[in-house]
Amino acid sequence: MSDVKTQALAETMGGAVPDDTCKDCSRREFFAKVGMGALAVAAAGAGLFTYEFFSPNVLFESAPIIRAGKPDQFPANTVTLDAQSGIYLINGVKGFYALGAICTHLGCLTAWKSELDLIACPCHGSRFNRDGIKVAGPAPQPLPWLKVWLAEDGNLMVDRSATLNEPEYVKV
Amino acid sequence: MATTIKSEFKRLRNTEVWRTIFRSGSGSSNLHRSQAVQQNIFLHLFSVKVRSRALEFSPTWYLGALTLSTFLVLIVTGILLMFYYHPSVPQAYADMKDLQFVVASGVFLRNLHRWSAHAMVFLVFAHMFKVFYRGAYRPPRQFNWVIGVFLLLLTLLLSYTGYLLPWDQLSFWAVTVGSNIAKAVPLMGKQIRFLMLGGNEVNANALLRFYVLHCVILPLAAILLVGVHFWRIRKDGGLYVPEKKKL
Repeated sequence: MSDVKTQALAETMGGAVPDDTCKDCSRREFFAKVGMGALAVAAAGAGLFTYEFFSPNVLFESAPIIRAGKPDQFPANTVTLDAQSGIYLINGVKGFYALGAICTHLGCLTAWKSELDLIACPCHGSRFNRDGIKVAGPAPQPLPWLKVWLAEDGNLMVDRSATLNEPEYVKV
Repeated sequence: MATTIKSEFKRLRNTEVWRTIFRSGSGSSNLHRSQAVQQNIFLHLFSVKVRSRALEFSPTWYLGALTLSTFLVLIVTGILLMFYYHPSVPQAYADMKDLQFVVASGVFLRNLHRWSAHAMVFLVFAHMFKVFYRGAYRPPRQFNWVIGVFLLLLTLLLSYTGYLLPWDQLSFWAVTVGSNIAKAVPLMGKQIRFLMLGGNEVNANALLRFYVLHCVILPLAAILLVGVHFWRIRKDGGLYVPEKKKL
């Protein structure tokens, strides 16, 4: 294509000069590229649309904050599993604390074995002590420590979405 | 008696209605026979002629055909089970129990579906081992091997999605574990699990998603690929049958 034609093409495109790859291309090639570009944009949009559609915006799942109960429900030196919320509330020597009860291996619900003084996972045999430290099995991480506080109404509250990096105890 | 049936059938094959459906006509020449195959939408996937050796037991052990048979049993029993199953919590578990104890022939259909599913997974593997060790995957059949690998994946995904549907403890924890394995994918693992379950926990959304995958999307994909798989047998020169070794 002559330079005059290229210049005319650039003017019809609002002054944008076609890039080097299309300097010598025919009208047919140019429109084919525009068409392919439009299809690519449409495909990307369809992909995004699909991803958005399949990601629910509202979930009917249980709230992360749990009312665990009054402190006197938990006798001294005991580990109590709340299977519904997937947490342990532990009344230890230094005070109350909570651990997530979901195994860090593949997400099974663990159980407290008082006769072994261990938390055990039924799926693949991981075991943790009452501080959440792994003592056996394939679990890659310790059980998470969760934020615990005493609400004004005297209930112990646990936030399952707030994991602690350092052990914290609630004294009552 | 036999000749009456034969002549009646011949008359039927010459009626106008029959001829509009099966255009090849009533002759039995080679041309008629090959047209009967070519002009049938289902049969035209297959070769008009095969070597008689390909129909013997030893080249294939009939493993591919047996896999197809289990797949057809699964489609029929699966459709029947759908008439009594609601993919909702906690109704799904109750429906599964109703199928076992209340619905007429329910336990038979459910067990047939279950055992056919197990058999299909076994037969797919056996078929692939047979193809592999005979070298039947080699050119010109490479592409059909690739389609077969995708069909293996579809078979396993069908098994996995069907596993959740009884909504009992076994299925719940199996899918909890399975979706956490998917979460181990680098970078996008969390998003994959979220999309898979339609949430953060194995819940009503997950049950519905697995149901739609199990009953609609994966079977349609499998039927499509099975069609291509059979068509490619013809296009790749028929079943792989080596010459019998001369003793």
